[in-house]
Amino acid sequence: MPTSPLTTPEERVALFQQLFSDTIPHNKALGIKVLAVARGLASMRLDWRRELVGNPETGVLAGGPITAMLDSCCGMAVATLLTEPKPFATLDLRIDYAKPADPKKPVIAEAECYRITRSVAFTRAFAHQGDPKDPVAAAAGTFMLGTKGEVTRSQMVSRELNK
Amino acid sequence: MSSSVLIKRLNEARKKREVGPLAEAIPYAKWMHIAPETTTGELLTRMRYHDSLIGNTHLPAIHGGTLGAMLEMAAIFHLLWETDAQTVPKIVNITVDYLRSAGPRDVIAAAKVTKQGRRMVNVFAEAWQDDRSKPVASASAHFLVQSDDTLPSL
Repeated sequence: MPTSPLTTPEERVALFQQLFSDTIPHNKALGIKVLAVARGLASMRLDWRRELVGNPETGVLAGGPITAMLDSCCGMAVATLLTEPKPFATLDLRIDYAKPADPKKPVIAEAECYRITRSVAFTRAFAHQGDPKDPVAAAAGTFMLGTKGEVTRSQMVSRELNK
Repeated sequence: MSSSVLIKRLNEARKKREVGPLAEAIPYAKWMHIAPETTTGELLTRMRYHDSLIGNTHLPAIHGGTLGAMLEMAAIFHLLWETDAQTVPKIVNITVDYLRSAGPRDVIAAAKVTKQGRRMVNVFAEAWQDDRSKPVASASAHFLVQSDDTLPSL
């Protein structure tokens, strides 16, 4: 774990980028960029790429990459609120596909963990392309806390926010 | 929305009774190594394991988002292959339940239509790895099959 306190938003973003994208193979493969992080809040960006398209005639992204980013973004919002490091896992995730994402433009996810108990964390998220009031997708995810396995570094990260 | 290439592929695939080429028309399915198969006689969708599917390197476990994505693809392949669809179904929403952690192996999914309406279809899909009676995730999704609404198709 880094020993120096994270004094600037840039340092926080850099740490979260490392823990939630660079060291998570699927997020790294999608090219997910962490945009912002605060207690209970997380934001990420997914750039448009030809390989992520569902319909090659329209160039519209498939639902899958947006689902994967929203899942990760909700998970990152949960990690910011853990009072002690513990493993957690997605319990369920609902995605409403409000409208097609404009081709060749990045998609931004913004997630909030609005309630956390000993066992469960509740999150909401939206994906948009610049105007949060005009979302391409909305998500509701719940996470089970204290699941099997060892604690990962990303699940210890709330310590860094408390400094 | 035009989707003639995929529908053309679909009609060719139906004629040849070979479902595999459907995935080749979808860049994301190719990138994810997700493809339908009928080797057992039943239409199944397989996500072939590769290292970039991993979400948790400690367990290790496949990223939950990829399971949601492959269940969505399984539902779409099912609608294309098992119904006489002449348009690409447009997904409205999907709810994924995560039942078990998925290890670094292939994931297989089967789908069924729960309710077929004139415009809206409800599909249930289930994914497993070694043992079909121990699913790793399941999903229920709505698709518009007859509409001019601009929802994402695929």
